Amino acid sequence: MSNALPSVTIIRRIKAPPAKVWAAITQPEQMVQWWGPDAGPTLRADADVRPGGRFSVVFRLLNGQEYNPTGVYQEVIPERKVSFTWDGPGTPEQPSLVTFLLEPIDGGTRLTLVHEHLPDEAIGSHEQGWNGLLDKLPIFLGAKPWPT
Amino acid sequence: MVKYQVSHMDRTFAALADPTRREVLRRLDEEDGLSVSELARPMSLKLPGLMKHLDVLDNAGLITRTKSGRTVSVHLVAAPMREAMAWLQRYERLWTVSLDRLVALVEEDETP
Repeated sequence: MSNALPSVTIIRRIKAPPAKVWAAITQPEQMVQWWGPDAGPTLRADADVRPGGRFSVVFRLLNGQEYNPTGVYQEVIPERKVSFTWDGPGTPEQPSLVTFLLEPIDGGTRLTLVHEHLPDEAIGSHEQGWNGLLDKLPIFLGAKPWPT
Repeated sequence: MVKYQVSHMDRTFAALADPTRREVLRRLDEEDGLSVSELARPMSLKLPGLMKHLDVLDNAGLITRTKSGRTVSVHLVAAPMREAMAWLQRYERLWTVSLDRLVALVEEDETP
């Protein structure tokens, strides 16, 4: 049933060159400036950006709960593509996979984020921290990514 | 908040991962209680094929079926889908908020 595991895809057009976007998603001192699901602080980021290298971010939600997804870099093509596994607390059989794709476009970068194989294991452990944030419009599984 | 069973969520997503089944749910959302033959008619789908899809939706708890004489009516049950969507939205929220800030960061000194 693994083909039924859900995924999230988000596309953004950014008015900055791929090199700059690449730096923001791979350099820890920049990663701590944006990573996290609400306005709470990002406390720490570790990024050994090469296949097999370790990924880790720590952020604190506004409700005080800290969260530390970790993973291992899979594919690294500078300024083009980076993917890494994403493990929450616990030990899911198959970690989810995060991929950032960067494409140069006129005036900047087209960024595609895919978070796939989302593990059901996450349901219980993330529940508390994510509760109360569920105010977005429903998205249908298999729906096309929405442009922004 | 309800604790979800893993197998339960798996079934919901498996059921939703098919365009025919999503179309069935969409039509029931518009008009609940359609009969099986009413559902089959505009879908160019043979009844046995549709019945298989309905079984999957039923097992996932997304529909119920009631029989009245020879007519089987199909009813939408929204709760499992809402739970699945809410769960998925946590990830969507993480990334939309994060990417908003990422964009702001890298565009900061690009735009005057």
